[in-house]
Amino acid sequence: MFDVVVLSRLQFALTIMFHYLFPPLTIGMGVVLVYLEGMYLWRREAIYETAARFWTSLYAVSFAVGVATGIVMEFEFGTNWAAYSRFVGDVFGSALAAEGIFAFFLESGFLAVLVFGWDRVTTRFHFVATIMVSLGSIFSSIWIVVANSWQQTPAGHRVTAVLRDGQPWIVDGITVLRAELVDFWTAVLNPSTLNRLTHTLIGAFVLGSFFIMSISAYYLLRGQHEDFARRSFTGGLLFATIASLAALVSGDSNARMVARYQPAKLAAFERHFNTGPANFFFIPGGLSLMLEGDRRAEVVGLDRIRPEYRPPVLPSYWSFRLMVGLGVFFIAITLYASWLRWRGTLFEKRWVLWVFVLAVAGAFAANELGWAAAEVGRQPWIVHPGVGHNEAGRIVFDTDGFVQYRLEEGLLTRNAVSESVDRSEVLGSILMFGLMYALLFWIWIYVLNDKIQKGPQPVHARERTTTQSFFDTAAGRTLHEESLSEAKEP
Amino acid sequence: MDLNVGWFILLGLLLAGYAVLDGFDLGAGILHLIARTDRDRRLFMNAIGPIWDGNEVWLITFGGALFAAFPMAYATIFSGFYVPFMALLFALIFRAVSIEFRSKMASAFWRGAWDMGFFGSSLLASFLFGVAVGNSMIGIPLNERGAFTGTLVGLLSPYALMAGLTVVAMFAMHGAMYLFLKLPKGDMQDRIGNWVWHTWGLFLVLYVLGSMYTLVAIPRATANFERHPWAAAIVILNVLAVANIPRSVFRNKPFQAFVSSGVTIMALVFLFGLALWPNLVTASNDPAHSLTIYNAASSPKTLWIMFIIAATGMPFVLSYTIAVYWTFRGRVELREHSY
Repeated sequence: MFDVVVLSRLQFALTIMFHYLFPPLTIGMGVVLVYLEGMYLWRREAIYETAARFWTSLYAVSFAVGVATGIVMEFEFGTNWAAYSRFVGDVFGSALAAEGIFAFFLESGFLAVLVFGWDRVTTRFHFVATIMVSLGSIFSSIWIVVANSWQQTPAGHRVTAVLRDGQPWIVDGITVLRAELVDFWTAVLNPSTLNRLTHTLIGAFVLGSFFIMSISAYYLLRGQHEDFARRSFTGGLLFATIASLAALVSGDSNARMVARYQPAKLAAFERHFNTGPANFFFIPGGLSLMLEGDRRAEVVGLDRIRPEYRPPVLPSYWSFRLMVGLGVFFIAITLYASWLRWRGTLFEKRWVLWVFVLAVAGAFAANELGWAAAEVGRQPWIVHPGVGHNEAGRIVFDTDGFVQYRLEEGLLTRNAVSESVDRSEVLGSILMFGLMYALLFWIWIYVLNDKIQKGPQPVHARERTTTQSFFDTAAGRTLHEESLSEAKEP
Repeated sequence: MDLNVGWFILLGLLLAGYAVLDGFDLGAGILHLIARTDRDRRLFMNAIGPIWDGNEVWLITFGGALFAAFPMAYATIFSGFYVPFMALLFALIFRAVSIEFRSKMASAFWRGAWDMGFFGSSLLASFLFGVAVGNSMIGIPLNERGAFTGTLVGLLSPYALMAGLTVVAMFAMHGAMYLFLKLPKGDMQDRIGNWVWHTWGLFLVLYVLGSMYTLVAIPRATANFERHPWAAAIVILNVLAVANIPRSVFRNKPFQAFVSSGVTIMALVFLFGLALWPNLVTASNDPAHSLTIYNAASSPKTLWIMFIIAATGMPFVLSYTIAVYWTFRGRVELREHSY
């Protein structure tokens, strides 16, 4: 039961899900940091710098854990999924290498300036560094989503024999095949890249803004740092409302894409067993209506997918359902809070603030569940084969009625693991990661809590009383030397 | 020169960049427990504070580039060295966490535990890099599909262990040189001055022993010199760089000493590449199973696209790496944002 394939999948799920707590948080917060530092440069009001310093300190801790756990991911393709790496390296490896060259250096280099540079560089250079780190994390998401999307809806490549000395390489009578790049931009902009990238980034913005609202709501409930908290909450709320609504639009567009290129996945999301009109949640014919504009339109069900190519239904169904449910909840709560804010009564409604303190857990969960749905729904394939389409763009069926796959393009997950690795080795590493990540999680929470309890430290009292911009500029640099934003224990 | 050769050289540059840059911060970790007081230990950590993370990116990019350019070799090496690489990941994560969180709490127990963590993980990571290099030199058993067929115990041969120790000594020396340059003048800096000598002596002994062992045990390692006699110049450069270290320390030129140890590391990476050439993974059981820069490579098209990506990206990488090092130039001070 627990063979190398299952264990390797478990390990990948564990390590990626832990890692993925951090990237969307830092991508989302990065945008906020750029805004705050930009506002400080423009308006020179101390509160913007106070806020930028406080959120940067939380951002930096999360970023550090994200980087440390990210290295694991790059190693695991080779350590646990060697057969996969040999098959996809020509295409997938390029995206990964591009991520290293274009994104990782940018992030890590300028993160140093962000964290350690407050009193070493000018405000302007610090702002540039913030933009660079934020851009770096977005570049990073672009390349990794490109790589993942290619696995979901491969394009711009061909599957061909590996050549050795100009001849097809044959081992034990079997020709060794792999995917080779034919057109770089077609592979990069494969049919699902843009849809999935947009949805991923929106998810990150939702998480970043809910994180900021959660901490601000906590301060408001305790009557601490109220001016700071009100302004942070309002900014976060505006950002969260827009992002939550955008997630709905982008989710709808993703569903159409999945229906066309991965019909088995969509059927599993809705537990749609029999081909025919399909429901969306409890809405009869809702999915048919969404996809075709007609409640009676036929949607491919699991009955038209060969049994051996059906994804596990329950995990796909529940992760999708919970993600959508959370998305609807985000829209409802942000619209309601925006309405209250407009009427000016938001900060008196303690229960609403409590909901926001806790809702950040939902935002983390929604990001994780979305990916779980996307990845589990792709099974049993690690590289999903293309689906046959006719000229009208309709799915083509084999003569026996099952959806037609271009099987030679796909790679089954069970054929993708490393032959040199055995069960006990993977079991050992799962144990190692499990213990280490538990420790890491505890430390992360502990340090975050410590920083939140200390709260934002006003940058300097003088700045607020000084009205002449002349003074501000003159004081701009030296003031930093005395600030207390991230006091260390002596 | 074809693209396969170009990528072999580029990977060599990435590896050399990694060894020179992360080498000194791993070395600072290996020497960490020499510092006795909390202030000195914070000075050690903050000397590498803003840059260790960026240095590690060279390794990640090396991994990504190996995956893209030579996927067959990437798959074989990473799956073949499963347990050592998991230990390496453990060390790298633990080390990052130790640096990041050590100074966040005042408790002496908390800090002491992370100090041990920082030392142990730096030592383990350096040792494992050496073991990987040693095994690449002697070769590993591969089947006809190019997959590793050996055992974990087989990876811990005397030669590989010796290579591990050599890398530990080399990084410790490089780290001592770096700390000598970055620590504020005073007691601690004087003590590091002594450690420059200790670590240099240790490295010298292991370097000589290792070279002899290689000459005797791995004839293939020197075969390429017959075809490329000019490479002897690198050996001479290597010896001169090693000899220049005590000379510059003696003449009180710490920066020159640091550059010399950097050149030593680069020359060794070059010799390592030359010993492997044209293999990426040498099969110890049957030379026909070896993975070379041709039979392990991606398609010419991908190699070309990757070459464009590297040529576009690397100038940026180098310029902001320099900008960041420049920002944090000078001797280290403890400030409010320090670790």
